[in-house]
Amino acid sequence: MADVITYREAVSEGIAREMRRDPSVVCLGEDIGAAGGVFKTTAGLFAEFGPDRIKDTPISEQAIVGMAMGAAMTGVRPVAEIMFSDFLACCWDYLANEIPKMRYMTGGQVKVPLVVRTANGGGLGFGAQHSQSVENWALAVPGLKVVAPATPADVIGLLAAAIRSDDPVLFFEHKGLFASKGETAPDGHLVPLGQAAVARAGSDVTIVALASTVPLALAAADELAEGGVAAEVVDLRCLVPLDMATVLASVGKTSRLLIVEENPYQGGWGGTVASVVADEGFELLDAPIRRVAAECVPLPFADVLEDQVIPTTAKVVAALRSLLAY
Amino acid sequence: MTGERRERRAQLATPLGPFERMAEIRAVEEHIQLLFNEGHVRGSTHLSNGQEAVAVGVAAAARLTDVVTCTYRGHGQALALGLTAKEVIGEIVGRTVGCAGGLGGSMHLVGPDVGLWPTFAIVGAGLPVAVGAALASQVNRSGRAAIAVFGDGAANIGAFHESLNLAAIWQLPVVFVCENNLYGEYTRIQLSTPVSDLADRAAGYAIPGLVVDGQDVAAVTAAVSEALERARADGGPTLLEMKTYRYSGHSKSDPGSYRPAGELDQWLRRDPITIEAGRLIDGGTATAEQLAAVSSRIAAEVRRAAADALAAPQPAVAEMLIHVHG
Ligand SMILES: Cc1ncc(C[n+]2csc(CCOP(=O)(O)OP(=O)(O)O)c2C)c(N)n1
Ligand SMILES: [Mg+2]
Repeated sequence: MADVITYREAVSEGIAREMRRDPSVVCLGEDIGAAGGVFKTTAGLFAEFGPDRIKDTPISEQAIVGMAMGAAMTGVRPVAEIMFSDFLACCWDYLANEIPKMRYMTGGQVKVPLVVRTANGGGLGFGAQHSQSVENWALAVPGLKVVAPATPADVIGLLAAAIRSDDPVLFFEHKGLFASKGETAPDGHLVPLGQAAVARAGSDVTIVALASTVPLALAAADELAEGGVAAEVVDLRCLVPLDMATVLASVGKTSRLLIVEENPYQGGWGGTVASVVADEGFELLDAPIRRVAAECVPLPFADVLEDQVIPTTAKVVAALRSLLAY
Repeated sequence: MTGERRERRAQLATPLGPFERMAEIRAVEEHIQLLFNEGHVRGSTHLSNGQEAVAVGVAAAARLTDVVTCTYRGHGQALALGLTAKEVIGEIVGRTVGCAGGLGGSMHLVGPDVGLWPTFAIVGAGLPVAVGAALASQVNRSGRAAIAVFGDGAANIGAFHESLNLAAIWQLPVVFVCENNLYGEYTRIQLSTPVSDLADRAAGYAIPGLVVDGQDVAAVTAAVSEALERARADGGPTLLEMKTYRYSGHSKSDPGSYRPAGELDQWLRRDPITIEAGRLIDGGTATAEQLAAVSSRIAAEVRRAAADALAAPQPAVAEMLIHVHG
């Protein structure tokens, strides 16, 4: 049986593996050095790689990401950390205007091979400015690649692909998954960007999920399995590139589609998935496409309210039952 | 392309080089205004006439391998660094011969082989990018320095503060060159900025800050050279404030009527091309007749370059899709 590690440990393991094989990889961020990051996702890196490659920055989100851009353009592969994904708004100019457009506006002359990692998502009671799922913000910007792993092995494999990519990658680590455990990845493990995984095979209904909603979908599928329903769970892993071939193949088998996403329903990534299925897979469907997404409100603090807003296993089960009864 | 650009860059070191290049920048921008009036230029364009000495002085001081980030008012900087009139005009009229093949436009000029990395249309955006290039230089020990050219208005953007602070604590090899032309769009500097010398702000970062006569190309070259030397000797960043003036309005549609009567005339008496001509004549390097002949040769060359640019093909529609990702 393979070693088991946490999602949190997988982050530092994934970064360390790339830093060992490529001396041009440099990490930047607030408190990522000796402190190991506020989520301890960079624990051990400072001890191994030292202050020249694990760089503690001031609280300067624009400079962190803008500087990562300049360094990426001129020979370094930066891995920048933005502590909470909510803070991406503080450096959004770089993520919306500068980084994703540089290759394009220069006709391919300038590449920006960087990764911006960030702790995303709710469920931990951090309130409205430290809990958002903002992967849909990134999806709105052509030119970025958008990754959101659900398992420790995928964290390692996708980090490898993201750091080696010549394109800018926004890498969402889900706060609610940091403590979760899974098999570690073998040496050299690499998960290509844009390949969804079938996390559970089934023939009755397809659940498309991402990051934190993958375990919710799996738990819901387990619950339905007791009643004889075989749900298939597709873990998208990436929003850009988006592996719609795997989704359409699954819907071809099941004829029913439920999308489970933690970002708000309004403007959420599920709308894009639903749109492609409606366009390219309409005749595969026997029922309307359903989405379980966050309510369109700022995330409230109290546990009882937060659970009302973001997807839960119970909500996924209820949506599945109504979809199967259609 | 690269060979010609390098040759043009080397010309700045010849006795007549700075005069010639400033005259060329003036002629190109006058031509751009014509093309605009004739309807060949879409969108907007920001002329730098009056500020030629800053662009040429920066380029004359920088090495080919140094990294320059610049603003949308960057035609002059692009030409100074070595891009040809045809490449610059070609980009402004959206043709394949443009330095970005028509994908960038007037505000997005680029030429990494001569250090233009590139021009930025978001005020202040180039500062952190230059700091990042300086970080890459420190990491890779490449001996490269970075220069961020930005306006007086940009000195009130948060990225200015983050950049100077970070460059100072890490002692990065970067020179901050502020083109203080007294206006940010239609707003006079006194209404936006409490200090009369922006160079004073350097004290807040414990780095050298100097006021420079931005109309004197020799003074600009000397100040930038000294700052670059310090940067390369691990002496950290410098803030240089170039006192200068733009003769035109902010952009093509602005007649500049907010400027007090007589102000333009006063600055025209300190025209950078006239000042340099005076130096060449007084020093016995050239006669007024010789310089007049140089200017008319350049005007003819620019006319030809503009005609060539206009005659060049528009980009193929397929270009639209190929530069988003690698
Ligand atoms: C972040 C941002 N805010 C506003 C603008 C609109 N804008 C374009 S140029 C400009 C004035 C900038 O002035 P300054 O930095 O002094 O440069 P100058 O145009 O004088 O060269 C403004 C406000 C912009 N492009 N980017
Ligand atoms: Mg200005």
